[in-house]
Amino acid sequence: MSDSATVAAPASPATLPAFPSAPPLTPQPDPETSSSSPDLEKHIDRSLRGKIKIGAKGLSGPVIKITALVLIGLTVYGFLTFDYKNIDFAQAVAKTFHNAQVMFGQPKLTYNSFLGLMHALFVSFALGALATFFGAIAGFIGALLCARNIANPLVGNVVRAFVAFIRAVPTVLWILIFSVAAGLGGVAAVVGLTFHSAGYLAKAYSESIEEMDSGVIEALKASGASYWQIVFQAILPASISYMTAWTFLRFEINFATAIAVGAAAGAGGIGFDLFMASAFYFDLSELGFITYVIVIAVVLLELAATKVKAKVR
Amino acid sequence: MLDKLFKISPRAWRAWLSIQSRLNKGNSQPEKPQQKEKQTSIFTKRKRVFTLVFIVVATLYLVSSAAAEFNLIDGLESFPKAFIWITTYLVPDEKSLSNLPAILAKLSETVFVAIAVTVCAALCAFFFSLLGTTTTKTNPWLARMVRVVAAFFRNVPDVVWAMLLLFSFGQNVLTGFFALFFATFGLLTRTFIETIDEVSADCVEALNATGATTLQIVFQGIIPSVLSVIISWILYMIETNIRASTLIGILTATGIGYQFDMYYKMMNYASASLVVIAIVVVVIAIEITSTRIRKVIM
Amino acid sequence: MSDAPILEFKNVSKTYNKITKALSDVSFSLEEGEFVSIIGPSGSGKSTILRCINRLVDATEGSIIFDGHDISRADKREIHQVRKKTGMIFQHYNLVNRLSVIENVLHGRLGHKSTLSGVVGLYTEKEKERAFEILEKLGLTEQAYKRCDELSGGQKQRVGIARSIMQEPRLILCDEPIASLDPSSSKVIMDHLSNINQTMNITCLINLHQVQVALKYSRRIIGITSGQIVYDGPPETLTQDIIYEIYQSKEGELITDVG
Repeated sequence: MSDSATVAAPASPATLPAFPSAPPLTPQPDPETSSSSPDLEKHIDRSLRGKIKIGAKGLSGPVIKITALVLIGLTVYGFLTFDYKNIDFAQAVAKTFHNAQVMFGQPKLTYNSFLGLMHALFVSFALGALATFFGAIAGFIGALLCARNIANPLVGNVVRAFVAFIRAVPTVLWILIFSVAAGLGGVAAVVGLTFHSAGYLAKAYSESIEEMDSGVIEALKASGASYWQIVFQAILPASISYMTAWTFLRFEINFATAIAVGAAAGAGGIGFDLFMASAFYFDLSELGFITYVIVIAVVLLELAATKVKAKVR
Repeated sequence: MLDKLFKISPRAWRAWLSIQSRLNKGNSQPEKPQQKEKQTSIFTKRKRVFTLVFIVVATLYLVSSAAAEFNLIDGLESFPKAFIWITTYLVPDEKSLSNLPAILAKLSETVFVAIAVTVCAALCAFFFSLLGTTTTKTNPWLARMVRVVAAFFRNVPDVVWAMLLLFSFGQNVLTGFFALFFATFGLLTRTFIETIDEVSADCVEALNATGATTLQIVFQGIIPSVLSVIISWILYMIETNIRASTLIGILTATGIGYQFDMYYKMMNYASASLVVIAIVVVVIAIEITSTRIRKVIM
Repeated sequence: MSDAPILEFKNVSKTYNKITKALSDVSFSLEEGEFVSIIGPSGSGKSTILRCINRLVDATEGSIIFDGHDISRADKREIHQVRKKTGMIFQHYNLVNRLSVIENVLHGRLGHKSTLSGVVGLYTEKEKERAFEILEKLGLTEQAYKRCDELSGGQKQRVGIARSIMQEPRLILCDEPIASLDPSSSKVIMDHLSNINQTMNITCLINLHQVQVALKYSRRIIGITSGQIVYDGPPETLTQDIIYEIYQSKEGELITDVG
């Protein structure tokens, strides 16, 4: 017995005494062959080579492994097939470092005035705020229509599919499409940004609503409350803190997206100045200055959002 | 910026909220006794809060509308106009179908960039988050450094990286790759640090107590605990990065974004519509696959 | 080995962040094979005592002698030796929830293995068989291949016990082992701990909230309040007044009041 207990641990002086529980178990067979009782043996899972398996049963482990392997495989395949256009990698990296030094080390405004930049920053902020505002309204309606615990299943499925479609189209494409369809300007930018926000918030809100205790809705239904009474007396109060958190999160994203589409789709705001500094004036210092302005704004926004979220809870 | 939690599960989201609430303990704790005292005035208080929120939102709306030169009527009017335009012009025709192979080639490039960026960024982010987490009790100074670096990369928008890299890498697939890499890296590092702190703090303590070495703790405790969450984030970020990479592609003249921009500027709207459809199909397919995988592994 | 105490605290003090005093001048010693409960209100320093022993927390002053070595100033290698020989059981079980029960039990071997074989989770067949034997004693064979997050609280705590036995420890530290369990699971856990102590001669030091449980199971009780030992002796001489002193409350305020 003491043989089976001395587990490859020369450092440990104490060999394990047996565990003589009241009804003595079947005496230990010879440790050379098997040290476990037949009763125990039937619970032990062995591999073909007789080794004891130790992994948990279930799909989760294998699926995680396969997913990880497939992702790594696709990554390697991607790297092998990209068209690098014979770029001199080392030189490009060195140049990047040098440029980054200029950009972050010597920020300077030459082509924009500081006030102009602040105005552009506010335009980006405004685009993000408006998109969040409309996105929240549309998203809330969408969520009511597709949350599984309150919506009609058929309507729910249709709305969910529609929402998935809206979310799948990149925001910049919505803006480009709307600027042809409805004319360039603030309207196209806001509407384009709103699409993805609405899709995103509809999904987030509906999940918040689905999290709700089903008993509350049932109780209100039983008491004869109307649909809108249930919405405003039960659903909204119960999920308002989640929804606020999501809305602020989305606002932060919308602000960043507004900057990005300003650069890529000429949708105005500080993103456009960023694009001009880089692609038109080729001025790294200008780019650096604008970047610092953006970073400070993003950080301040995040701090403010955290404050408000804490209040709502 | 913690957008992606939302796709993982309400549970993870709640965990995040609990972290947040712990961080904000200072604010929320003193509120409790106050609430009890003022219970009688809760309705007046709610009314006041409601009025306040209404005023703030209304002001923000008006100021923003003025700044963005937006007005609601134009916005609403644009929908029927856009609908008619989209259904008239933004439909694939036979001629555009001949562009399909080119579109699919570019789209697959973008998808592979998104996957490669996300996987590489996640690997680096995981390594850094091990240094940045407080559970493993490595070097507190190093941990703070990692957090600051991650915050820097997270808060500089990906377009900025793209604009910077354009100078050195030019119109190359690597420009978009690195731009997205930096942004994804910053975001995932912070997320992974939070996940490790939240999910594995207890078992790290226990393994520590058994005399396990740091490496053993990482491989036997932390990795098994957080792997499913990490995979989940990777899947979500792939989706996000496909969209982000489309946008960056417009700036760097690569991938599907450039293909769309080209057709768009040539007013070849039929082919442009084909691009949109292709993106939608691929993104939704990836989303469905991700959801399935997530259901099994979480 | 049997004469010298296995563990000795000599005037141990611990101050967190140079302000909060968790332990002040704590002295006691444990003989090999003892089953000792530490009782006291939350925040009185119970957990700190346990964590000073396996150096999850470093004592600020005084010395701790474990198995003849002063471990309060031990270096990394010595700490490793101490942790290897000390099992620990936690209130929240602290298992790796996504791994199987058997993997969690085998984690008890990590301190005994080379870093590499521990990293890849390579255990000998003997270790695995031993793990199964321990699980059998604890009535968990059916659960061996389940993930720990599929278990009930009582089962999780038994896995925690199995993990610590797997270490072949001289001493098991239990930090509120039953604080999150229902009464019947609590009894099962305490019975197992008591059984381990008696049959395997492993010294047990247990933090408990429940005075009743301490009275029933242990042959020696240490009462601690505000980081100081106010009682150290057998359960028989632990009077109601002393309990009130430990919990710093007046008569009639404790749920544990007994006639």
